[in-house]
Amino acid sequence: MLSWWLPQNVSTYGGDVDRLFYLIFYITGVSWVLVQVSMLVFLFLYRHREGRRATYTHGNTTLEIMWTIVPALILIMLGFMSKATWDTIRHTHPPSTTVVQITAKQFNWEVLYPGPDGKFDTDDDKMIENDLHVPVNQVVRVRLSSKDVIHSFFVPQFRLKQDAVPGRVIEVWFEATLPGVYELPCAELCGFGHSGMLGHVTVQTAEDYQAWNKEQWPS
Amino acid sequence: MTSPAHAEAHAAHAEHHQLGFVRTYLFSTDHKMIGRQFLFMALFMMIIGGSLALMMRWELAWPEGNVGPEPNAATRVLLKLFGDASSGDLPIPFTKWIPEPYMYAGHMPPEFYNAAFTMHATIMIFFVVMPILVGCFGNFLIPLMIGARDMAFPFLNMLSFWVGAVAGVLMLAAFFVPGGAAAGGWTSYAPLSAVPTYTGVTWGQNLWCISLIVLGASSLMGSINYITTIINMRAPGMTYFRLPLTVWSLFITAVLLLLALPVLTAALAMLLLDRMAGTSFFLPAGGGEPLLWQHLFWFFGHPEVYIMILPGMGIASEILPVFARKPIFGYRAMAFSMIGIAFLGWIVWGHHMFQSGMNPTLGTSFMISTMVIAVPSAIKTFNWLGTLWGGNIRFTIPMLFALGFVAMFVIGGLSGIFMASTPVDIFIHDTYFIVAHIHYVLFGGSIFAIFGAIYFWFPKMFGRMMNNFLGYVHFWGTLIFYNGTFFPMHIIGIGGHMRRIYNPMQYEFLHPLQHWNVFMTVSALGLGLAQIPFVINFLYSLFFGPKAERNPWHSNTLEWVAVTPPPHGNFGPTLPTVYRGPYEYSSPGVEEDYLPQDRLLSDRPAHAH
Repeated sequence: MLSWWLPQNVSTYGGDVDRLFYLIFYITGVSWVLVQVSMLVFLFLYRHREGRRATYTHGNTTLEIMWTIVPALILIMLGFMSKATWDTIRHTHPPSTTVVQITAKQFNWEVLYPGPDGKFDTDDDKMIENDLHVPVNQVVRVRLSSKDVIHSFFVPQFRLKQDAVPGRVIEVWFEATLPGVYELPCAELCGFGHSGMLGHVTVQTAEDYQAWNKEQWPS
Repeated sequence: MTSPAHAEAHAAHAEHHQLGFVRTYLFSTDHKMIGRQFLFMALFMMIIGGSLALMMRWELAWPEGNVGPEPNAATRVLLKLFGDASSGDLPIPFTKWIPEPYMYAGHMPPEFYNAAFTMHATIMIFFVVMPILVGCFGNFLIPLMIGARDMAFPFLNMLSFWVGAVAGVLMLAAFFVPGGAAAGGWTSYAPLSAVPTYTGVTWGQNLWCISLIVLGASSLMGSINYITTIINMRAPGMTYFRLPLTVWSLFITAVLLLLALPVLTAALAMLLLDRMAGTSFFLPAGGGEPLLWQHLFWFFGHPEVYIMILPGMGIASEILPVFARKPIFGYRAMAFSMIGIAFLGWIVWGHHMFQSGMNPTLGTSFMISTMVIAVPSAIKTFNWLGTLWGGNIRFTIPMLFALGFVAMFVIGGLSGIFMASTPVDIFIHDTYFIVAHIHYVLFGGSIFAIFGAIYFWFPKMFGRMMNNFLGYVHFWGTLIFYNGTFFPMHIIGIGGHMRRIYNPMQYEFLHPLQHWNVFMTVSALGLGLAQIPFVINFLYSLFFGPKAERNPWHSNTLEWVAVTPPPHGNFGPTLPTVYRGPYEYSSPGVEEDYLPQDRLLSDRPAHAH
């Protein structure tokens, strides 16, 4: 497997995305080799020779119908297979107790935690810039918005990317499967500080996450 | 056509001799001169666009002039030549003259980096690829290939070029205003582009909008002219299905231009009003909607992609049969697949917006339409292969570039399937995978077709042949370094490397990919150097190349019937009459391996009269 290409996957639906990626990779790879090899073979076989005359033909209807229908079927199949994964990621909203609001601004991520009461707009809300802590193996919901321009929330290892658009709240979810610290770059051009707009996602075991919560909300 | 055309041709011919320098070379209404003007303007702009690209590549390989702890061999050579070996500082060569705040002694600040990629893309798309494919070859070829004396509206044609030139001056002027040139990306997503304080760019972005509005007017004049000319002025016997595929492609391109550009113009006007008049079309604070800009931009932008590739497809379909000495495989399928693209091209714009916050259900429908639009491109590729099968292939320079077009376009087409799939696009959207894809389509596709077309029609345009040896050096250098520059972009894109970032070393997960950035930059420098033989060849052959005969490639289409270079009015006293399609190569009916469209065969009665 060519797994050295893609960054390590640490989210529940990332595997489905990767499987689709590899499926398309193999289909396009085979098509590419077939086209280039037949082109090279034709170029060699039918190179100019003195006294030879090219075949006089205007086409072949059977062939042409075939190479219209076969790619069409493959492409539409890919479309429907993609739809299933897309629906999982964007249409299902698995229930979750971990919800955070992330507000992007030039050039930081403002991560707002609801605090121990689990509710926003209460006194124990806490905002930490560029630092998202989440528990492992639990669904996390992120409510994304922006204060100024469009930014894009991108965690390569989660296979998750979603633009944060001013004037809207867009909710995405993920479930991380491996504790660790992952980079959270902005993927949409947002001004001169776009490069370097970077947060971190810390995925923690249940105990570590508890401990971190205790540290943040001692009471 | 009878005597009035006759008389008109003579009059036109006589008039030609009286025209002074200004009317012949500057304010000419002759479609061939206007075509050449577009070519010269665009080649000049290509140098600017290319230089900006090289500066960006330099920045990406050695961010802020830093060669890193273990520079490779190529970096060490460059460090010796242009840098300071003791400190490991490698500023961008030949840029010390650029004053602050644009550059700091050869070091590029992020503000200028953003302006560089914005202007690189804008210049290459609007002032290089479109003017050459549509402005130059559209103008030069349409009347000659359909057997007309000129465009339907010669004065409008002249106006189209000069309005376009004004747009070019406005675009370049943006570099010289306080705040610098536009820096919001060529897509200029609002609100970043709509509020000056978000980028710090004031008049640069305004000029960007104004320039493209002006250019829109130029394109509109051109497209109306092309459509009218192709519908009304075809020579006797030139039915729609006897049109060369290049003309078909330019016809469909003109229709797309006519319908798509007004949408961009409207969006640009709204953006300009948001910036200058306090409106809030795209600003949520005033009740506006940022995604509206994206919908409008891509509603124009996706047909625009086809505007830039269809003429390339037409050119490849022209060159391949000539040098395979074979009829094009499946002429009607080729024409209908282009018509199919012209319709489907309007319902796929949302695939640029899968991660934008657009309703995910809409994403699914755009994915399906995008999958379907890949089919016409697949048909075309297989038909090009079918054209090569059983041929008698001559590897001339234009043929090599046309073959390069097919090979590179296939890669660009196939990589598009990855981003058509919505879940895969979640990951690769806004990464270098997209940058790789667009360059395989627009450089490997459009620019290879442009080079092929220049080598192919140069004899007809300028009456002289280009040098073969320099042509081979140009082709092989371009092909190799082009792939070295752009292929690894797929790999780093799959590694998650974001596009439009100024310094990849700011991200830990990109560190293992940095050697690719160095490799691509060294290849890009090679790609730049590989264009030198072309510039020499072009300029030298313009004045000193061997004189071209009337039909040096033994081609069938009507432009080769006209004398070289074609005079005012193109054809002699009578216009040619067309008896057959354009690709009758190696026909058993004649001894030679080609049969021009206008040759009357004595044993077959002509139906056209």
